[in-house]
Amino acid sequence: MNFFERLTGKKSAKSAKERLQLVLIHDRTDLSPAALDAMKDDLIAVISRYVEIDPDSVRIDVAHEGRQQRLVADIPLRITGRRRAN
Amino acid sequence: MTGTVITVTSGKGGVGKTTAVANIAVALASDGKKVVCIDGDIGLRNLDVIMGLENRIVYDIVDIIEGRCRTRQAMIRDKRLPELFLIPAAQTRDKTAVSPSDMVRLCDELRAEVDWILIDSPAGIERGFRNSVAPADKVLIVTNPEMSAVRDADRVIGLLEAEEKPTPSLIINRLNPNMVKRGDMLSVDDVYDLLRIDVIGIVPEDESVIVASNRGTPLSMDGKAKAGQAFRNIARRLNGEQVPFLDLEATSLWDRLTKLAGRK
Repeated sequence: MNFFERLTGKKSAKSAKERLQLVLIHDRTDLSPAALDAMKDDLIAVISRYVEIDPDSVRIDVAHEGRQQRLVADIPLRITGRRRAN
Repeated sequence: MTGTVITVTSGKGGVGKTTAVANIAVALASDGKKVVCIDGDIGLRNLDVIMGLENRIVYDIVDIIEGRCRTRQAMIRDKRLPELFLIPAAQTRDKTAVSPSDMVRLCDELRAEVDWILIDSPAGIERGFRNSVAPADKVLIVTNPEMSAVRDADRVIGLLEAEEKPTPSLIINRLNPNMVKRGDMLSVDDVYDLLRIDVIGIVPEDESVIVASNRGTPLSMDGKAKAGQAFRNIARRLNGEQVPFLDLEATSLWDRLTKLAGRK
């Protein structure tokens, strides 16, 4: 238990569950946190070729429904100058 | 008769597979069903001692497969429950002495004679595990509410999914209700949330399990021990009965006192 957890009174079962949630995603998908980050950078590079996005607000997560995993990307688009043309 | 083959496995060792097999088998046989247990852990057999049948072994599973005896001759009958049999593992051989297709063939032969065939799988995900799940109609995964057991259970569930086996059911063994209450042990809901397979049994941590293994008399044979009741309930659920889970709360002295007081 670290200092913060002691302060907030976080129970060990809660840590176990949170840690397992992450471990299981990586065990099931063979996708490490580092690989996920690399993929995120590649995605941002590809998408930026077509539309303008803010790289800092891009979120990529593994979500699960039952035992099904899915990759969920939230990529807000930047409002560009094109609208002003009207 | 067309027997059902149930394989009990876990990934991690020491979570209670053998105890689960012995107790569920005893509960099914007490109900008048004809049951054969097969110890799938070749080289490290233990189901014989948990069932208290270690002194009666003449032939084992490898003798059947290599044709040194008939299947009947390697089936040890439990004198306390005449409908209960054990096919022991070989102790001086290794897992390569048996193949998955040998297991399928043996179980097909047994299916014609008994109601239930219970296979005690070894830990791990190697040959012994593959042998044990090959003939299974249903797989039960035993886990404990603890990091490494849950992680390994998930791995095994994934392997069974990849082999397109029917979705397994979960036995959560060695649950300590007081630790759950304090927030120091994963709860049944937590484990379900992580693994997302149907829970068929919740077995509390119980000292009587060790006492029973010392004596070679599985808990579900008699007595009121909660773990024994939990195993008997699993057997009833396998038979298609709807049985509510045991109330594992109210185990502290204070809880028991307040419960008593409330009853008056």
